[in-house]
Amino acid sequence: MLARPLTRTALSGAALLAASWIAPGDAHAEEEVFDEALFVANNVWMMLSAALVFIMNLGFAMVESGLTRAKNTTNILFKNTLIPCLGILTYFLVGFNLMYPGEFNGFFGFAGFGLSGGFAEGANTPSYASGGYTYWTDFLFQAMFAATAVTIVSGAVAERIKFSSFMVFATIFGAIVYPVAGSWKWGKGFLDAAGFYDFAGSTLVHSVGGWAALVGAIVLGARIGKYGKNGETHPMPGHSMPLATIGVFILWLGWFGFNGGSVLSANPALASFVLVTTCLSAAAGCVGAILAYSFVSSKPDLSMALNGILAGLVGITAGADVINPASAILVGLIAGAIVVGLVMLFDKLRVDDPVGAISVHLGCGVWGTLAVGLFSTNPAHSLATQAYGVVCYGAFTVLCAAILFVGIKATIGLRVSEEEELEGLDLGEHGMRAYDLTGSPGFMEEPATAMAGVALASRKLVATEN
Amino acid sequence: MKKIEAIIKPFKLDDAKDGLAKMGVQGLTVSEVKGFGRQKGHTELYRGAEYVVDFLPKLKLEIVVPDEDAEKVVLALQEACHTGKIGDGKIFVIPVEDAVRIRTGEHGDAAISSS
Repeated sequence: MLARPLTRTALSGAALLAASWIAPGDAHAEEEVFDEALFVANNVWMMLSAALVFIMNLGFAMVESGLTRAKNTTNILFKNTLIPCLGILTYFLVGFNLMYPGEFNGFFGFAGFGLSGGFAEGANTPSYASGGYTYWTDFLFQAMFAATAVTIVSGAVAERIKFSSFMVFATIFGAIVYPVAGSWKWGKGFLDAAGFYDFAGSTLVHSVGGWAALVGAIVLGARIGKYGKNGETHPMPGHSMPLATIGVFILWLGWFGFNGGSVLSANPALASFVLVTTCLSAAAGCVGAILAYSFVSSKPDLSMALNGILAGLVGITAGADVINPASAILVGLIAGAIVVGLVMLFDKLRVDDPVGAISVHLGCGVWGTLAVGLFSTNPAHSLATQAYGVVCYGAFTVLCAAILFVGIKATIGLRVSEEEELEGLDLGEHGMRAYDLTGSPGFMEEPATAMAGVALASRKLVATEN
Repeated sequence: MKKIEAIIKPFKLDDAKDGLAKMGVQGLTVSEVKGFGRQKGHTELYRGAEYVVDFLPKLKLEIVVPDEDAEKVVLALQEACHTGKIGDGKIFVIPVEDAVRIRTGEHGDAAISSS
């Protein structure tokens, strides 16, 4: 559904021409006014959806900083600040035209740099996308999706990756890998032709980010002290459950645009249906995670319940428009259980993912894509085709991410020094703390600075005495 | 003069302060500290894995009083901070050589009394 329709609706274009000379009150003219109003309404919803997807960047920033330690918070926030900025710029430069190249061979196409298409005739009229939105809205909405895919990686490699190295990865991955992979389905590439279905990106966005997160976490290795010699896990609890909770609810809110906007118009029945399935699955994801975790511990874990909400959202994203409400609840329940199982499995495998990004986005992205094959009301969708898509995206993304991460590791290095990791990336990478509650910077927390102050004072004293 | 140092459970601070206020204690210093005693640490759970917190958060109260008040203050603190469960804390009494009120330069008992 997210694919831009390539066929222009010639009819509405003709009606536009006709309207210029038909007298007011004429039936054709009234129809034209109605079409124009519909176009405006559709476009407003799509711009609002773009804004909702945009604010998901804040959600990710809050979830990731909440679930990691206080000494790495500035670093996490910085990554989450720069990703959407670079993501939008690279999507302008190449991403949009890589993802939607028009007619192409189905694997790789490029329609040129920049956004010159926006000035083409009819690019901002109803003829562009069946009256759903303008070219500019199209770019903005898709650009926000690109930023989201890259942000997913940030959480899994948190607390140990070099800032500059991560940004190199994020820029190339967002500029090239994500849009090329996306063109295979939404750009009308070979997977679209094969009948693969991904409504709003369980695979195209979430599992693409998730695969890269998995590769990154493996190439980087675990945080120092996370796993003991005897295979035991030493938890490194996140420093702020309130931040993590705020982040998850912002993400849920953002998903109204992520899925709701993927209808690609304000189609009343379909858009509202999608919001219903999305919310049902999110709620069920939370319940599923809590139920699954009750087999692990008698005390419910908030971070798992929050991951469960995200799991339900990612899980329903591939089929939010073709899965009935009752089935959506089932998809969410299973997604919530999957996320709990995977978080614990990845710890057993010693793949260190501080925020559970791989479990949420890869695990439930794959699940959601397959769920279309199981629950779709459209008989054209099949489990085999869905699995084929999952494998294609997995192979391509793992390969690209591995080349990028291993290449960066061999050249500029991927990981911060042991000393820096222990002291925290906030000071090591940015020289700045996220929190300073003392009111007198450097005095309470930084003995070195305090001592320097004493030395300075005594020097002044000597000077005065002289 | 005696300095009374009490390591107590954090949630007992208000009780301790009220108890001391009734005794006429003029001031106290509170710090957040961590440590362990016979209680050792305790186990917490995060995302399915258990871990032991070795050092538990406690509060340290420091009160300096004239020699003759020390015993009463210790008793009041012990009463206020008692729950009967392991981990209630400890009270130490230490002799103090001198005290100076910075504002006035008073020494000894005069430095710690209200008059």
